[in-house]
Amino acid sequence: MDLYFPIAEMSLNVLVLLAMGGGVGLLSGMFGVGGGFLMTPLLIFSGVPPAVAVGTEANQVVAASVSGALAHWRRGNVDFKMGLVLLIGGFIGSTAGVWIFTWLRDLGQIDVVISLCYVTFLGIIGSLMLVESARAWMRSRNPGAARRKLHQHTWMHGLPFKMRFRRSKLYISALLPLAVGIFVGILSAIMGVGGGFVMVPAMIYLLGMPTSVVVGTSLFQIIFVTANVTFLQSVNNQTVDILLALILIASSVVGAQIGTVIGGKLRSEQLRGLLGLVVLAVGLRVGWDLVAVPDSLFSLGLGGH
Amino acid sequence: MLRRLFLWLIFSAYAAMPVGVLAAPPLVADLSSKQIRITTDFTGANLLLFGAMDGAGDVVVVVRGPRAQTVVRRKERIGGIWVNGSERVFNSVPGYYFVAGSRPLDEITDGATLDRLRIGVDRIPLELSSSTDPQDVQSFREGLIDLKQEQGLFSAEPAKISIAENRLFRVDLTFPSNVPTGPYTADIYLFRNGKPVGSSQTTLAVRKAGLEAAVYDFAHRHSAFYGIFAIVIALFAGWLAGAIFRKA
Repeated sequence: MDLYFPIAEMSLNVLVLLAMGGGVGLLSGMFGVGGGFLMTPLLIFSGVPPAVAVGTEANQVVAASVSGALAHWRRGNVDFKMGLVLLIGGFIGSTAGVWIFTWLRDLGQIDVVISLCYVTFLGIIGSLMLVESARAWMRSRNPGAARRKLHQHTWMHGLPFKMRFRRSKLYISALLPLAVGIFVGILSAIMGVGGGFVMVPAMIYLLGMPTSVVVGTSLFQIIFVTANVTFLQSVNNQTVDILLALILIASSVVGAQIGTVIGGKLRSEQLRGLLGLVVLAVGLRVGWDLVAVPDSLFSLGLGGH
Repeated sequence: MLRRLFLWLIFSAYAAMPVGVLAAPPLVADLSSKQIRITTDFTGANLLLFGAMDGAGDVVVVVRGPRAQTVVRRKERIGGIWVNGSERVFNSVPGYYFVAGSRPLDEITDGATLDRLRIGVDRIPLELSSSTDPQDVQSFREGLIDLKQEQGLFSAEPAKISIAENRLFRVDLTFPSNVPTGPYTADIYLFRNGKPVGSSQTTLAVRKAGLEAAVYDFAHRHSAFYGIFAIVIALFAGWLAGAIFRKA
């Protein structure tokens, strides 16, 4: 069954889209990740123009993070003060990111930059996940091995504008979460992702936040950052396809609920290793398209200068 | 069935014409539809172009889509990866170009006539924008034509026009799902002994319709509201999903 999508300006098989949304939703439910970093490359593989894939995916992530953030908020797992500081950074970063996106699009270089970002981040994250799961597996066989110190003093604690974050039990410079927010905001605009996969490790290892509030706070700010990206992409580039987003939202929501149930029953370190493999595979595929000799040496774009 | 009816109508109209009128147009032609509507289930379209002529001859049909400035970029390998390198901008490239003949084009007439009437994919006028470097244009021109042919927007080979009884002709026009919207023209030429002796032009419009048109217009005319609308829908969908599955 084919449907014509008005912004992507092409027809796509709805069953394939539902399967993609459901599959990515399943993974995101199992591992508690947004899934944008898998969905955008999948859309590009199926022929959707990269710019439309990024804009539409940002819109989908808004929906995915709302239901997650609400659940965490009910359990009191959101540090709103920290979320707000991250959010200010996120707004600055994503606004700059959309501006960079439009500039690269006019130069004809946006596709290759999107691909390079994906290769880099999928490669790093996939490898880290594999290493982490291997370590966890080793630890489970050899308990009592050395543990990392919970709190270490570094140059970061000498920065000005210190702020107290009660919910996270932290007293750190506001510049740190602001910088994290800006960085993730730029990625969000260029890659069409929520950025949880960068945000969560940054909150744990860089800011030292307790893991209980990390996911909820990250989801909270992702709602607003991806909403900002959706708005700016709509205004600047007209690349948000509502119909495509709706189909992906509907299927991924169902997949995520099933994934949550499955995720609770499986052993986490093996699961993490599995996700690491999936992430690496997608990264390799994107990378292969960059280095392989293309079918055509030419590409077309509309409009001139 | 419908096509036969059309042909029959044409033929009978033609047969009923008084002899004096007949001398005026050597050829008449029409399309089975003047409009292609891109709706949600659009996967491409087929139209029938048909007509009648006043005696034996060769027919050539050219259908041209809306023109747009087009950038052609050549990929170059930099540090092992393929990056868009130099570019050329062409003015007014037709978004669609279909050509058909009752025989191979070079048998119907000579190259000079084909050049003059701009018949054939390799004779599409592709003018460089004044701002671009004219060097090496030919390879960019070929790259553009190859890509358009791959997308099904330019004819790879001239299609075959079938002629019945030296009077009636017909040809199927195919439009892929990525066909650009806008005004199209179909030019029909009649040749005898290699000389063009008559021509006719008809138009058609390709437009998005229904939901497709509404969404597209909304996104382009009221981008800010569209953005807000997209966000509100996503927020609502996310909340709804959470609510449904919490109860379940």
